Amino acid sequence: MSAAAAGWLQVALLVAALVAVHRPLGDWMARVFTTDRHWRVEQLVYRAVSVDADSEQRWPVHLRSVLAFSVIGVLFLYLLQRVQLWLPLSNDMTAVEPGSAWNTAVSFVTNTNWQGYSGESTMGHLVQMAGLAVQNFVSAATGIAVAIAVVRGFARTRTDRLGNFWVDLTRAVTRILLPLSMIGAVVLVLGGVVQNLSSGTEVSTLAGATQFLPGGPVASQEAIKEIGTNGGGFYNANSAHPFEGPTAWVSLFQVFLLLLIPFALPRTFGRMVGDQRQGYAILGVMATLATASITLVSWFEARAGGTATQLAGAAMEGKEVRYGEPLSALFGAATTLTSTGAVNSLHDSYTPLGGGVVLLNMMLGEVAPGGVGSGLYGMLVLAVVAVFVAGLMVGRTPEYLGKRLGRREMTLASLYLLATPALVLIGTAVAIAVPAGQASLLNEGPHGLSEVLYAFTSAANNNGSAFAGLSANTPFFNVALGLAVAFGRFLPIVLVLALAGRLAAQGRTAVTAGTFPTHRPLFVGLLTAVTLVVVGLTFFPALALGPLAEGL
Amino acid sequence: MTSTTGPVPASTLSLLSAGQLGPAVAGAVRKLDPRGLVRQPVILVVWVGSVFSTVLAVLDPTLFGWLIAGWLWLTVLFANLAEAVAEGRGKAQAATLRKARTTTVAHLLDGREVPAAGLQPGDTVVVVAGQVIPGDGDVVEGIASVDESAITGESAPVIRESGGDRSAVTGGTTVLSDRIVVRITSRPGETFVDRMIALVEGAARQKTPNEIALNILLSSLTVVFLLAVVTLQPLAIYSGARQDTAVLIALVVCLIPTTIGALLSAIGIAGMDRLVQRNVLAMSGRAVEAAGDVGTLLLDKTGTITLGNRQATEFLPVGGADEKELADAAQLASIADATPEGRSVVVLAKTAYGLRERSDLPGARFVAFTAQTRMSGVDLPDGRQLRKGAAAAVTGWVRAQGGTVAPEVGQVVDAIAGSGGTPLALAACDDAGARVLGVIHLKDVVKEGMRGRFDQLRRMGIRTVMITGDNERTARAIADEAGVDDVLAEATPEDKLALIRREQDGGRLVAMTGDGTNDAPAMAQADVGVAMNTGTTAAKEAGNMVDLDSNPTKLIEIVEIGKQLLITRGSLTTFSIANDLAKYFAILPAMFAGAFPTLDALNVMRLSSPQSAILSAVVFNALIIVALVPLALRGVRYTPASASAMLRRNLLVYGAGGAVLPFVGIKLIDLLVSLLPGIA
Repeated sequence: MSAAAAGWLQVALLVAALVAVHRPLGDWMARVFTTDRHWRVEQLVYRAVSVDADSEQRWPVHLRSVLAFSVIGVLFLYLLQRVQLWLPLSNDMTAVEPGSAWNTAVSFVTNTNWQGYSGESTMGHLVQMAGLAVQNFVSAATGIAVAIAVVRGFARTRTDRLGNFWVDLTRAVTRILLPLSMIGAVVLVLGGVVQNLSSGTEVSTLAGATQFLPGGPVASQEAIKEIGTNGGGFYNANSAHPFEGPTAWVSLFQVFLLLLIPFALPRTFGRMVGDQRQGYAILGVMATLATASITLVSWFEARAGGTATQLAGAAMEGKEVRYGEPLSALFGAATTLTSTGAVNSLHDSYTPLGGGVVLLNMMLGEVAPGGVGSGLYGMLVLAVVAVFVAGLMVGRTPEYLGKRLGRREMTLASLYLLATPALVLIGTAVAIAVPAGQASLLNEGPHGLSEVLYAFTSAANNNGSAFAGLSANTPFFNVALGLAVAFGRFLPIVLVLALAGRLAAQGRTAVTAGTFPTHRPLFVGLLTAVTLVVVGLTFFPALALGPLAEGL
Repeated sequence: MTSTTGPVPASTLSLLSAGQLGPAVAGAVRKLDPRGLVRQPVILVVWVGSVFSTVLAVLDPTLFGWLIAGWLWLTVLFANLAEAVAEGRGKAQAATLRKARTTTVAHLLDGREVPAAGLQPGDTVVVVAGQVIPGDGDVVEGIASVDESAITGESAPVIRESGGDRSAVTGGTTVLSDRIVVRITSRPGETFVDRMIALVEGAARQKTPNEIALNILLSSLTVVFLLAVVTLQPLAIYSGARQDTAVLIALVVCLIPTTIGALLSAIGIAGMDRLVQRNVLAMSGRAVEAAGDVGTLLLDKTGTITLGNRQATEFLPVGGADEKELADAAQLASIADATPEGRSVVVLAKTAYGLRERSDLPGARFVAFTAQTRMSGVDLPDGRQLRKGAAAAVTGWVRAQGGTVAPEVGQVVDAIAGSGGTPLALAACDDAGARVLGVIHLKDVVKEGMRGRFDQLRRMGIRTVMITGDNERTARAIADEAGVDDVLAEATPEDKLALIRREQDGGRLVAMTGDGTNDAPAMAQADVGVAMNTGTTAAKEAGNMVDLDSNPTKLIEIVEIGKQLLITRGSLTTFSIANDLAKYFAILPAMFAGAFPTLDALNVMRLSSPQSAILSAVVFNALIIVALVPLALRGVRYTPASASAMLRRNLLVYGAGGAVLPFVGIKLIDLLVSLLPGIA
C-alpha cells in the first residue's frame, strides 16, 4: 500500500471512530452535567472538601472557585517537585530547580503542558503520578467545567446561577475522564506502552555498550495525556518515544483519544441547549477547519522538494519511520488543532508551510475542535462575534440561541477575541527585539522567527508543543512564556464566565422566521470565514515573515 | 413653511444636492477637531495616523510621503463628510420647523399677558380664532377648529375640544374658529416643536444600544490590528526589512474597519431621517432599532385593518318578499340615515339593483334612531311604514303592529352574525300588514392589500394581533378574512396590557399604535408605541414615536425602516471586514518582497511597485467611504423576506462582494497611480 493510501485509510478510520463515539459520549456528558444525583464516591469528596453539592454558584463565585483551585494546584505541584527527593518513588531524582518547577507547575495546571524539562531524567514516579498525572485530570476537568458553565449560560434563562464548579469538576473526573482513561490505558498497554514502577533497567546492546531503559507508569499517564488534551509526555521525546508510542496504530489511537472529547462536546452543547442542530453547526465548523488543516499539512509534507526528501518519498526529517509521513502530519495537525501539544514528530523539521499550518491551527485560538472545554467555549465566543457581525444583516438586533448580543456581551466577546492574539504578538515582538530573547535563537532568518512565534503561540493558546530549535529553558523564556501561559488560560476564562453570567440572566427571544438561523450550512460557512478572517488575518503579517517567507 | 408642504421638503430626499454639499464640506472640515472624533475611535486612529504621517512628510519630504499623508487626511475628511451630509439634511428640516415655533404672547385666563416662552406647566391660556396656540397643552374648555399644518403638513383643519380623546393641542398651531381655554402641559424649551427640532438636527442624538455594541467590536478590531502592525516592526527589523513608519501607518489605516467606522453615525442619522420623511417622529434612536426587532404587532381593527365602518354587502329577503322590493324598501328607510352604514345601504341598492337614489321624499316622516328603540325608519305619505334596525327590535315592532315574523328570519340573522357580519332587519307595515321583508348584511370591509401585507410580515417572522371591541365571533371572522395571526376580542385596556406582557415574556418585542388616554399604559409597556398626532397628550407621552399623519397602518413601515437601518449597518460592517483580505495582499508583498523575493507570490494583483501598491490601497480605502455614502444614507435595498433569504443575499453581496471588489478597485487605482512619476 502506498503511503498516501495508508494515510487516507488512517484518516477514514479515525473519522469513522469519532463519528461512532461522538453521539453516545456527547449525550453521556450532557447527562453527567444535568442530573442531580450524586455518586457515593463523589459525595465523599464533597464532604471532604465541605462543598454543598446541591447549591449553585453565580459567575463570580464560579470564577473564584476556578482560580482558587488553580492557584492551589500550582503551589502544590511546585512544592511536590521541590521536595521529591525526600519522598518515596523519587527514583533518586533531585529537587527540580525553581525556574523549571514553576514553569512546569503553571504549565500543567493550565492544561498547557509545555515541557521545559526532560521527564525521564527530572521527574520521579511520585511527581509523575501524584503531580503531573493528577493535573492532567483536573486541568482538563476544569476546562470542561468552564465550558459547561458557558453552555448553561446559553441554555438557562433569567437566573444568576451557572452550576457548581466543584460538582462539575468532580463529575468530569469521576464520570468522564477516569473511565475513559482506564479503557485507554488498557488499550495502550495492549499496544506495547510500558506500565510499571521500575526505576529503569540497564541492558547491554549488541554492540557491547550498556544502555539505560527508563521504565515507569507510562500507559496510565499517556491515556489522560491525550484524553485531557494535555500533551505532557512521560518521556522527553513524548509520543515519538518507543515506550510511549510503540507502533503506528497506537499513535493513531492516541490521535483518536485526543480528538475524542473535544469533538463530542458540541453534541453535549446541542443537548443542553435543547437543539441538536446548534451542536451540529458548531461541530461542522470544527470539522471543516480540522479537515482543511489535516489535508494541508499532509500535502505540504508529502510534496516537499529536495533530493533527499524525494528519495524518502516525503519530508521525513524529524519524523519516525514507523509512523511515516501521513500519520506524523495527522498527529501534528491534531495536536495543534486541540490544545494537546503532544508530538510524535518534530514540528521544527516540518516543511515551512506545513509548519505554518500547524502554527495557524493554534493561532485560530485552538477551536477546531480545541482543548477539552476550552475549544468549545472559544468557538462559542467566535459564534457570538460571527452572529453579531452578520446577524444585523437580517434586520434585527443580533441574537445567538435567543440571547441578545448587546453592549456588555460584545465588550466581553471583543476582549476575549483580543486577549490571546495580544499575548502572542507582544510576546513575540519583545522576544525578538531584546538580546535576552535573541540569544536563545538557534536558527536565523524566517525559521528563527517561526520558532519564537511558535513558542508564544503555543504558550498563549495553552498548547504546549514546541517548535524546538529555541533554547526556551532560560530565565527570560521561562518567565515570559510562563506569563503567556497563565494569562492565556485565565484571561479568557474570566471573560467567558462573565459572558455566561450575562447570558444566563437574560430571557430568551422567540424563534421566528425573522430569527437569524444559526444551524444551517450557511452559518457554518460564515463562522468558518469569520474565524479565518477576524482571527487568522491578524497573524498574516507575522506568518508572512516566518513560514511564508521561508516556504513560498 | 406653507401649509401645503409637510415638514420635510421634498428636496431633502435627493442625497447630495449642490446646495448642501458646500455646508457639508465646511462641516466635515470643522469636524477635524479631534475632540469630536473621540466618539468614533476608528476615525480617531486615522486622525492620529494622519498627523504622524504629515510630520514624517515634513521631516523627510518625498512625493510618496506627502501622498500618503494627503490621502489619510482625505480619509478622515470623507468620514466626516458622511456625517455632515446626514446632519445637513436634518438641519434644513429644523430650519423650517423653527419658523413654526411660536413667539407670540400668551393670554392667561386671569387676564395677564406673558411671552409664550415663559409659560409653565399648569398655566391656563385663552386662545381665540386667528391666534397661535402658545404651547402644548390640553383643551379644558370649549371647542375649536385648529390648523395644524405647521406640524403635520396637513392643511385640513382638525377639531379640538375639551374632554375625550381630541383635547390635545400643539404649540405653534393656529386656532381658526371659536375660543378655547388650554392648560399648558410642557415646560419652556421642551415643547413638541422643540423636541422635533432637536431630533431632526441630531443635537439630541445619542448612540443606540446596538450602535454602541458595534462600536465596541470595531474598537477591539482596531486594537488588534494596531497591535499586529506595531509588533510587526520588531519582526521586520529582525528579518532585515525595517519599514518606514509611513508605510506602517498606511497598513494600520487600511486594516482597521474605517469604512463602517466612517459611516456608522451617518447610517444612524439617516435612519431617523427616513422616519421623519414619513412624518414619524421617534423620540429616541433606541425606538427605531427596537422597531426592527419587533416580533408582534398589535393592530387596531378599525382604521388599520378594516375601512373605518361596516358596509352593506347583501340584501336577503325573507317570507316571500322579492329582492328588489327589499332593496327599494331598504333604500327608502336609509335616506335620512347619515351614518356610513346607512349611506352604504343606499349605495348598495343603487349599484346592485340600479335603484336611483332619491334625495327627498315630500310628506315623509323620518324616524330617527334612538338607543331605546334601536330602530330608524320612515313613514311614507301613503301610510306605509318602514323600520330598520337590530333584529330583536324590528321583530318586536312587527309583532306590536299585529304582524307575524317568518321563522326563517332567525336563521338568516344567525347565519350573518355567525359569519362575523352585522344583521339589520327591515320590516314594513302597510295594507298587507306588518311583516319582515328581509335582512341587510352589514360587513366590515378589510382594506385592500392587507392580506398580502400580513403574509409578508409572517414571512419576516412578525406576528400580527388584531385588537377590537367586537365580540369573539365577529372578530375571528374578520381576522380570518384579513389574514392576521390572532385576535384580541372585546379588548379592554387591561387586556391589551396583559397581552403585551405575555408576548414580551415569550421573548417578543411588541409594537402598537394608540391615541386614547386609555391606551397610555399599554403604549408605555410596548417596546414601540406609536402615538397618533390626533391623540391625547397622555398617549403621546407614553409612546416613543408620534405619527404626524395619524395613520395606524404606518406601523408596518416603521418596522421596515428599523430593519433597514440594522441591515445597512450589518452589511457595511461585513463589507468593511471582508475588504481586509485584498489590502493584505496589496501591502504585505509591497513591504517584504524586497527582503524575501518569494513573498512576491502574494502580489496576486501584480501591482506595479511597492509604493504604488501601498498608495493604491490607501486611496481605495478613502474612496470607498465616499462611494458608500449614498448607500449609507439611503439604506441598503430591503425586500421583506425570511431571515435566511436575507442573510444569503446580503452575505453574497456584501461579504463575498466585499472580499472581491477591493482586488479589482486596488488594481485599477494602481494602474492610474503607477503613471505618477516617482511612484512606479
